[in-house]
Amino acid sequence: MNQNSEALKQDDRTPVTVQENERKRTQPTNIKQRRRKPRPSGKKVLKTTLSYATLSIVSLIMVGPFLWLLATSLKSGSENIFAYPPQFIPENPTLANFGAVLEYFPFFTYLFNSTVVAILTVGANLLFCSLAAYPLARMQFRGKSLVFILIISTMMIPFQLLMIPIYILALNLGLQNTYLGLVLPHATTAFGIFLMRQAFLTIPYELDESARMDGANAFQIWWKILMPLVRPSLVTLAIFTFMMAWGDFLWPLIILNDQSMYTLPLGVQSLQGNFSSNWRYIAAGSIISVLPIIIVFAILQRYFIEGAMKGAVKG
Amino acid sequence: MKQRKFTPLMFLLPGCVILGAFIFYPMIQAIWLSFTDYNMIQQNPNFVGVANYKELFADELFWKVLGQTLLYLIIVVPALVFLPIFLAILVNQQLKGITFFRSIYYLPVVTSMVVVGIAWKWMYADQGVLNFILQSLGIVDDPVHWLTSTSTSLFAIMAVTVWKGLGYYMVIYLAGLQAIPSNLYEAADIDGASKWKQIIHITIPLLMPSIMIVTIMSSISAMKVFEEIYVMTQGGPLNSSMTLVYYIYNQAFDSLEMGYASAAGVILFIVTLMFSIVNIAFMNKREQAMKG
Repeated sequence: MNQNSEALKQDDRTPVTVQENERKRTQPTNIKQRRRKPRPSGKKVLKTTLSYATLSIVSLIMVGPFLWLLATSLKSGSENIFAYPPQFIPENPTLANFGAVLEYFPFFTYLFNSTVVAILTVGANLLFCSLAAYPLARMQFRGKSLVFILIISTMMIPFQLLMIPIYILALNLGLQNTYLGLVLPHATTAFGIFLMRQAFLTIPYELDESARMDGANAFQIWWKILMPLVRPSLVTLAIFTFMMAWGDFLWPLIILNDQSMYTLPLGVQSLQGNFSSNWRYIAAGSIISVLPIIIVFAILQRYFIEGAMKGAVKG
Repeated sequence: MKQRKFTPLMFLLPGCVILGAFIFYPMIQAIWLSFTDYNMIQQNPNFVGVANYKELFADELFWKVLGQTLLYLIIVVPALVFLPIFLAILVNQQLKGITFFRSIYYLPVVTSMVVVGIAWKWMYADQGVLNFILQSLGIVDDPVHWLTSTSTSLFAIMAVTVWKGLGYYMVIYLAGLQAIPSNLYEAADIDGASKWKQIIHITIPLLMPSIMIVTIMSSISAMKVFEEIYVMTQGGPLNSSMTLVYYIYNQAFDSLEMGYASAAGVILFIVTLMFSIVNIAFMNKREQAMKG
């Protein structure tokens, strides 16, 4: 109560309250407003506290399962991980499980594979999608709208239908257990072409024309004039493709049977089989495997969230 | 505006070759395979007409799986359409450290489904945290066998799908919320409208475009649910958590019944197509709006 009235006094000096007072002065007949008058800032403090409380509870729900996994991974062999009630804080925190799991779990191989696949997929998409989007946005040619409709229509076809023929095709092309086999089916996406076309459409045509008068060819206009101007869309596409490639599970599951080619999600899944019920090791391996993406996310979170906002058209 | 005839083709070629080889060609082949008895072992597929479809429609498991997939859709989609609106309102406040909370809520989105599945499998354990919380609150007396009982396994997985998707759809709504002019709320404040009334009468109606997008996106992805099931239950117990994509995967890569699985895939395609048509129509509308 004491704290509340102190906060009230402090808040009285803030400009918000001044504005509110002014509003009340201009509308003297509003009874409701006047009744609220005695402690508007006290209410504000309460509201803020309530907001933070809700935010924190939701946070706990969103990170709780990860924290519980982390706690389990830090428990020593002598501690019962099935204790009831659950022990949220490990008795003798130890990194021994991490050391042990790294002996059987070739984390760095998986990390390397995931990184190679993600970089190749992102690079291929940035290049091929923006190449294909350029004539669709800025050139006149016969069958243009047909080509565009055909490209967009691929968004409607679920990969889960295609995975069977693609698997047969990949086997015939000798792509099983290769990086190329992992990357090629996702090397161009209709979403990427759509996104880049949108970006190119927003750039004024005068830029192309003046460059053409200076003797630039179509490729030079694309690369030197347009590509630097659509950088924000390229970032969005890169983040989107990266997330898709990094988290992909179904296609690697089908096309890989050689453990040394496993990407991180497959590697982590194999932990469940290898340490059937050793939850300390499974937890430790899972925690190690999410560290890279959490670090990337921490650094680039602004782009991740902006990208998701702009990428909302993806089907 | 001079331009050589094959210039557009050169730009389009690499992307179109990939889309052709990995989408159009497989698409035609998938439909063809669905009319054959191909099973990987024999050299050549034999045309069998609609035998696969007949067998599919006579298969009780297929109907069970289709029903479970639709149940998945009916429960997960409304949850993913409405819960993130409240999260978005929550993180749209002007508070210190709000970006930190946004990132925290987005964390499950960037984490791979495999790790999410493992974390939740551990939460759902008989002596796990979830049962402990529910027992402490007196909601259940005995531990619930979340993932190992036929009556709860599907619902337990739904909860994980929702939990992982919340942050993603929250961000889409956040973009929608920030486009709503703040003077509408100021006017409502002056009129003495409660916060709840403001949500119903201002926020929700103006958020309608985002709500449409989220409905379509979450419907299509709910139709294709696979990873959480593979990681947490493998479709069990007794197929109680098996959905259409998992069934296709099982038929194709466990039983090697490629023809039969393709027929099930075509059914999946037809169902998702209905959602996609709405999606494309909606995108065109947005595109026109952007052209202004």
